[in-house]
Amino acid sequence: MKINDVILKTVSKAAVLIIFTFGIYLFLSGHNEPGGGFIGGLVLASAFVLLFLSHDSETISDAIPLDFKKISALGVLIAFASSTVPMFFGQPFMSQSFGYFDLPIFGKTELATVTVFEAGVALTVIGVVVNIIFSISEDE
Amino acid sequence: MMNNIVLLPMLLPILVGVVLIFLRAYGRVQAWFSIGVMAVSAGIAFYLLEQVQTNGILRLDFGGWEPPFGILFVADSFSLLLVLTTAIVATIILLYAMFSAGKFLQTTYFYPTILFLIAGVNGSFLTGDLFNLFVCFEVMLLSSYVLLTLGGNKRQLREAIKYVVINIVSSWFFLVALAYLYGAVGTLNMAHVSVRVAEAGQGPLLTTVSIIFLIVFSLKAGLLLYFWLPGSYSAPPAVTSALFGALLTKVGIYALFRVFSLIFYHQPEITHTIIGAMAALTLVGGSLGAIAFNDIRKIAAYNVVIAVGFILVGLAVSTPNAVEGAIYYLIHDMVIKALLFLLVGTIISLTGTAMLDKMSGLMKNYPLLGWSFFITMLSLAGVPPLSGFIGKVLVSEGAVESGSYGLLTLALLSSLFVLYSLLRIFKNSFWGETIVSKEDQVPLKKTLLIPCLLLVLLTVGLGLGTELISGYVTDAAETLLNPDIYIDAVMGGGES
Repeated sequence: MKINDVILKTVSKAAVLIIFTFGIYLFLSGHNEPGGGFIGGLVLASAFVLLFLSHDSETISDAIPLDFKKISALGVLIAFASSTVPMFFGQPFMSQSFGYFDLPIFGKTELATVTVFEAGVALTVIGVVVNIIFSISEDE
Repeated sequence: MMNNIVLLPMLLPILVGVVLIFLRAYGRVQAWFSIGVMAVSAGIAFYLLEQVQTNGILRLDFGGWEPPFGILFVADSFSLLLVLTTAIVATIILLYAMFSAGKFLQTTYFYPTILFLIAGVNGSFLTGDLFNLFVCFEVMLLSSYVLLTLGGNKRQLREAIKYVVINIVSSWFFLVALAYLYGAVGTLNMAHVSVRVAEAGQGPLLTTVSIIFLIVFSLKAGLLLYFWLPGSYSAPPAVTSALFGALLTKVGIYALFRVFSLIFYHQPEITHTIIGAMAALTLVGGSLGAIAFNDIRKIAAYNVVIAVGFILVGLAVSTPNAVEGAIYYLIHDMVIKALLFLLVGTIISLTGTAMLDKMSGLMKNYPLLGWSFFITMLSLAGVPPLSGFIGKVLVSEGAVESGSYGLLTLALLSSLFVLYSLLRIFKNSFWGETIVSKEDQVPLKKTLLIPCLLLVLLTVGLGLGTELISGYVTDAAETLLNPDIYIDAVMGGGES
C-alpha cells in the first residue's frame, strides 16, 4: 500500500528552499555574528535529510548524484589546505586575514579568508551528517 | 616563524589521508603514499629533535594567538622522541600492511584511517593545550574504532562494542575533568594551568581533579583499568593489533607523564603513591594474564599490560634515573610491541590457529621467524645488548634510590613472567616435533619477514646505540623533571 504523502512532499519542497537559504545566510554571517561553517553545514544537511525523509532515498540520490563520503573528504581537504596557505607567507598555521573590497552590486564588502576554511567545515559537516543518515536508512 | 614545521607530523598524515580517500580503489598506491608520508614525518621529527637540542623547546601558536589565549603545539625532546619513534614504527607496520592486507582491507579506507590514527597520536604528543589533547585523543580513538571493526567478523564486532563504550565513557570523564579544571583555574593551556596550580597551591580540590585525570588516562593507557585491553587488542588483524599495541596505550602513558610532571606535581605523596599502587597491581595482573592463556594473541596483549605497569613505575618513583629509564623503555616498548604483534600475526597466518597446543616445530620450517621471535623475547625480558635492558636498569636504579623496594621487586618479577610467557610460545610453537611436513608447509612470504627483520634490527640497534640517543633522553627527562623549562618556553613569549 502506498502512503498518501502529497502534503508532506509539497511542504518539504518549499521548506527545503527556506532551509537552504537560512543555512547559507548562517554560513556567510559566521565569522562576525553567530553562525559559521559548522552550524551552517548542519542546517544545510538538515535540508538534505528532509528531502531523504519526504521522498525515498533512491529518487534523491538520482537527483543529486554526489558521493557524500567524498564531499566530507573534500571539506577536510579544503579546511586544512586553506589553513596551510599562511605557512607559505611566513605566518603561523591557521592565520587569517581580511580586507574590504568594492564589489559591483554589494558595495563595500568585507571578504575574509576564514570563509574558505568555513566552507571546508561546512562541506565536511554536510557530508558526514548525510552519510550517517544514508547508512542508517540503507540498513536492513 | 619557522616553527610551522612543528605542526607537520600531524598535518601531513591528515592531508595525505584525505587525498587517499579519493584514491580508494588503488590499494598499492595508497600503501606507498602512506609509507612515504610516514618516512617524511620521521625525517621531520628527527630534524625538530636536533633543533630542540640547539634552540630549546619549539612552539607554534595557531593563527598567531599567543598563549594563554590561543591553542598551540609545543615540541620538547620527550614529545619529539615519541613522534620520531611513532613515525618509524608506523612506516614499518605500513610496510607489513602492504604485503599482508587483503584486497578488501586495502580498498576500505584502511590506509586513510591508519594515517588519521597516527595524526591523532602525533597531535596528542605535540599539543600544549589540554582541550586540544582531548580533541587529538578523539581523532585517534575514532580512527581506532574504525580499524577495530574493519573486516567485521563476529569477534571484532563484539570487542568493538566494549571498546567503544568504555572509551566513550572515559572521554566523558575527560570532559568532566577538563570542566572542573577550567572552573578551578580558568585556563586550559598546560603551561598556564601549571603556573596557576602552583600559585594557588595544589589543594584537596585540585588533587581530586588530578585523580579524575588519572582515571581517564589510566583507562586509555591500560594502567590497572586494562580489563578491556586484551580482548580488543587481540581481535583485529595483525597489522591493526600491532598499531594498537605499539601506539595507543603509549599516548595514555604520555599524557600521564605530562600531566603529573608538568601540572600536578605538588602532592606526590598522594598522586604518585596512587600511581605506584596502580602500577604494582597492573604488573601483577598483567603477569598472571600473560601466563594464563593459551591464545598467543592474548599472551601478547597481556605483555602490553605488563609494560604499561613497568613504565608507570618510573613515573611513580620520579627520580631522574627512573624517568630517563621510563622514556627509554617507552621507546623500546613501541618498537618491540609492534614486532611482537607482527610476529604473532605471522605465526597465526602460517599455522591457521592462535592456540599454543595446536602448533609445534615451526623452527624447522621457518628458522628466520623463529630466531626473530627469540630475539624479541630476550629484548622484552631485558637481556643486555638489546633495547629493553637500559630502561629496566635505570627504572630499577630509580626505585632503589627512592627506597621503593616493593615496586622494584614486582617490576623485576614481572620481567621473569614476560620471559616465561614468551618462552612458552617459543617452546610450544617453535620447538618440538614438526607437525607439518616440508611439502605441506605454508610458504612464508619473504616480504612479510622484511618488516619484522627491520624491527629486530631496530631493537638491536637501540640496544647497542643507546649512547646515540642518550643525549635526547637526558634532555627529555630534564624537561619533565623541571616544569619551569617548559613553562618558560610557552609563557615566556618574546621570540615567536
